[in-house]
Amino acid sequence: MTDETALLSPSAVGPERPAAEGGGRSRPGQAWRSRRYRWDLRWSPYAFVAPFFLFFAAFGLFPLLYTGWAALHQVELTDPDSMTWVGLRNFTRLWDDEFFWNALRNTVTIGLLSTVPQLAIALGLAHLLNYRLRGSAFFRVAVLTPYATSVAAATLVFVLLFGRDYGMVNWALSAVGFEAVDWQNGTFASQLAVSTIVIWRWTGYNALIYLAAMQAVPGELYESAALDGASRFQQFLHVTVPSLRPTIFFTCVVSTIGATQLFGEPLLFNGGAGATGGSDHQFQTLGLYLYEQGWVNLHLGRASAIAWAMFLILLLIAGAARLLRGRKDSR
Amino acid sequence: MRVRARARVRRTLVTTVAAVATAALLLAGCAQDPDEGPDQGSPSTGTSGGGAQTTLTVGVFGAFGLQEAGLYDAYMAQNPGIRIEQTSIERNENYYPQLLTHLGTGSGLADVQAVEVNNIAEITATQADKLVDLAKAPGVDKAAYLPWKWAQGTAPAAKGGATVGLGTDIGPQGICYRKDLFEAAGLPTDRTAVGALWAGDWNKYLETGRTYEAKAGEGKSFVDSASGVMAAVTGSSAQRFYDDQGKVVYKTNPAVRGAFDLAASFATDGLSAKLQQFTPAWDQGFSNGSFATVSCPAWMLGYIQDKAGPAGKDKWDVAQAPKPSNWGGSFLVVPKAGKHAEEAAKLAAWLTAPAQQAKLFEKRGSFPSASAAYKLPTVSGAQHAYFGGAPIGEIFAKAAEGVPVAAVGPKDLVIAQNLADIGMLQVDQKGRSPQEGWEAAVKAIDNALDQ
Repeated sequence: MTDETALLSPSAVGPERPAAEGGGRSRPGQAWRSRRYRWDLRWSPYAFVAPFFLFFAAFGLFPLLYTGWAALHQVELTDPDSMTWVGLRNFTRLWDDEFFWNALRNTVTIGLLSTVPQLAIALGLAHLLNYRLRGSAFFRVAVLTPYATSVAAATLVFVLLFGRDYGMVNWALSAVGFEAVDWQNGTFASQLAVSTIVIWRWTGYNALIYLAAMQAVPGELYESAALDGASRFQQFLHVTVPSLRPTIFFTCVVSTIGATQLFGEPLLFNGGAGATGGSDHQFQTLGLYLYEQGWVNLHLGRASAIAWAMFLILLLIAGAARLLRGRKDSR
Repeated sequence: MRVRARARVRRTLVTTVAAVATAALLLAGCAQDPDEGPDQGSPSTGTSGGGAQTTLTVGVFGAFGLQEAGLYDAYMAQNPGIRIEQTSIERNENYYPQLLTHLGTGSGLADVQAVEVNNIAEITATQADKLVDLAKAPGVDKAAYLPWKWAQGTAPAAKGGATVGLGTDIGPQGICYRKDLFEAAGLPTDRTAVGALWAGDWNKYLETGRTYEAKAGEGKSFVDSASGVMAAVTGSSAQRFYDDQGKVVYKTNPAVRGAFDLAASFATDGLSAKLQQFTPAWDQGFSNGSFATVSCPAWMLGYIQDKAGPAGKDKWDVAQAPKPSNWGGSFLVVPKAGKHAEEAAKLAAWLTAPAQQAKLFEKRGSFPSASAAYKLPTVSGAQHAYFGGAPIGEIFAKAAEGVPVAAVGPKDLVIAQNLADIGMLQVDQKGRSPQEGWEAAVKAIDNALDQ
């Protein structure tokens, strides 16, 4: 990473000093042109990336900082202009807030319930798609269609599937002799149901990322593995997976961020009630709790504090992941 | 290679400048208030200039019905200088926070804005200074309105006492019931006789439920949900979550706890189909006939007709509720920050006048909040074909006039929602005891009210 950035930094790609021009008969126009040429090379890369960073500053950085500022105040949405300084009170009260801890716990369990199977299935699916298949383009597109579906549409269909009285899942369960499950009210059942929606939507997306990475694995590795007598599964385990390690790390990071911010699925899974995440808050995620505090209860300061707490949690996870990876690399 | 690179660099310099300039323009464009678009030429003088028009915008949530009932077209026909445009946001949960932020910044507002009854107390208590006092608008007649509806749209005396919200519709409640299920359980099916079963007392409704359940078949519950009963019972009490001084009293108010416990009895006695209202499962309950009664505000009749479908025709009917009670309804407010506040106030007054409310009822089924409209033949003679020709004008007008004037507070919605979706749902669907449900609701409400 570090040597890459060094390569990309403008001073590194800047021109070799145009010694030839200095040595010859220097005309004023030429000097100006060469200076302009140097500036151009030095500064135009910044100009190229500027639009993104201007937008980021307006719609990313400013809200982030303003949220941080609001988190230190008592602010109500009914009167956002009057802010009362309360210091870190919004954060300290989170410590005693059982709803916050409950939401954090739910976020972690739903995150694990959805991310782990999702990435495992995606890896297996990518491995299958990597075979020489008839109509492989069709399968690759088909695997991505759930991702192209809107969260709302997908969730509403899943709500019907997981219905207590007339849902198809319960109908199938009872057909094979199991008892009907109250998917909305059970703690584990509801979290599993929400996770299913996430898995369904994101597995194909991750599978395509894995597939792209798999196709970059040199064929010689497989050939030599085959010569050594490795079966297809052993090849997968000892060639594919190790070659994919950076990709797997990337998808883990992205899925973790996604899981931490999980919002749409649990919100819509809760039919009429909105942001409570079930009558017992059994599937209220941090995202939902943030929404409930900010946009249902109208406490902007408290909501901002939750937003920053989520941000800090993500930083913590990122730091932990880096430590873990660093140790593995140094081994 | 170097020559080509140099030529490319010169070209890129030009494109770079263009790109940065475009980005800057885009950012500036975003910062500009959309209301200050170039087509807004001279403010509010439009009517005097030949051909120029004043455009009034109306912001509503859901299918509000004003446009659908043809009221805008009628107004524009009467006032050639006015053009009305409506913007709609589907769900009030999204509409209301946006309205608050717009009021806070004084921009992005429509000239007339709709407000749901659950939010009106918060609007009158916290936003009255940003809204036009509509009591003084031309054509507004306080006497034409139901007194409790007028009171809801009026700010507390401490905040100036201005009437900032004019009522559009209300939700007086009846009890919708399935005649075929009642007959199978040996109960009367005529709507007067059914109303007489529980007249005057919610406990008699519970008793009827017990009688029904003893004879009803499996999977044919008496009510759809315990929280529906709770909403109806609290809606009929003179004091609910706040007292007259604006203090939160739901915890100690016997009427609220009584309503909670009564509704919980429906769950614990097995009279409830254990559904949550406005979920797909509830909708399926209507089409499958899995419950016999539901407390139905006037606006719910159309919903039932949609969900129960043609198969439910001549099976549903509507009777008087045990006590007059209200659920739902809306208001129109006019933000002072609007460019045409005066014209907008006129429009709001016209839209909520009795004649227009009667038309809204005729076309859309929204029950008028102006009692003067009840004498109009379109209301007094109204019958609902789907509900066996029930005289809904008569039934709901009687309920509307009996609804007590209850103090509403800024956090009514939050309290009601947590009582229903946390407390009552735990009792109804998770089988918790009423005491456990109540405590869970109180805990959630305390957390929600704490700033």
